Amino acid sequence: MSHLTDLPVWAAIPVCLLLLGGSAITLVGSIGLIRLKTFYGRLHAPTLSSSAGTILICLASMIAFAVLQNRWIFHEVLIVLFVILTTPVTLMLLGQSALYRDRIEGSTDVPRKTTGPEPDLSAIDI
Amino acid sequence: MRYWFPYPLLSLSLLALWLLINQSLSTGHILLGSTLGISWAWIMVNLQPDKTRLHKFRRIAVLTGHVAIDVVRSNLTVMRVILRSGSRPVNSGFVAIDLSLRDDNALALLACILTATPGTAWLEFDRQTGVLTIHVLDLENGARWSELIKRRYEAPLKEIFE
Repeated sequence: MSHLTDLPVWAAIPVCLLLLGGSAITLVGSIGLIRLKTFYGRLHAPTLSSSAGTILICLASMIAFAVLQNRWIFHEVLIVLFVILTTPVTLMLLGQSALYRDRIEGSTDVPRKTTGPEPDLSAIDI
Repeated sequence: MRYWFPYPLLSLSLLALWLLINQSLSTGHILLGSTLGISWAWIMVNLQPDKTRLHKFRRIAVLTGHVAIDVVRSNLTVMRVILRSGSRPVNSGFVAIDLSLRDDNALALLACILTATPGTAWLEFDRQTGVLTIHVLDLENGARWSELIKRRYEAPLKEIFE
């Protein structure tokens, strides 16, 4: 079992900077969730942590464990890959349901649906 | 050849995934990974995904570079917007983009790109009209965004997938 105190200083400095940077960006994303006023604005805030935050923290982990175990480590790349592949699914689901509700409520702030039938109001009970 | 290896690219990626997860390049793992990759590609046949052939591998490299630059740039922009949102009202809005891209896999990749770059969120794509609605956090000029996405992402994706 390797310990983090074994990490030499030249490796510890970039690892710390990357970790702090990644967590700071994630924090800004979470602050954005509170500060931004509309739902659609809030959709953007968590993507900060899912892109830059994840990449920086995974990079820090790659460097730290590569130095500690004296070999190349790449499997953190998979975390980044899967996070990038899966976040659109959640965001689209949230965005579309918000759009759908806003349209049903007759909000004028959202764009109208381009074609197709209007949502059937009579069958829906909100 | 196509019969035995229905999705060669998928099999290769699965093999790479297997080797990365196991962190080993031993013969045993390569054999096991290849077997799994090929047999999972056979399972994919039953799901009948859209078959697309990739062209112009140089464009893929260029596109990847552009996306990497945009991810960094948009992260900085969104951070600035959030931190300043106390003093300056956020100017966000919807943009409708008329896409001519129809390939399912290309559209999925476009969704990944737009989501990975903070500041743009994919909301809705209408298959009949090909109109994509996105939400942009820091919107100055809607037409400029539409132009940017069409030129920077849609054109290379069209070249690669179609």
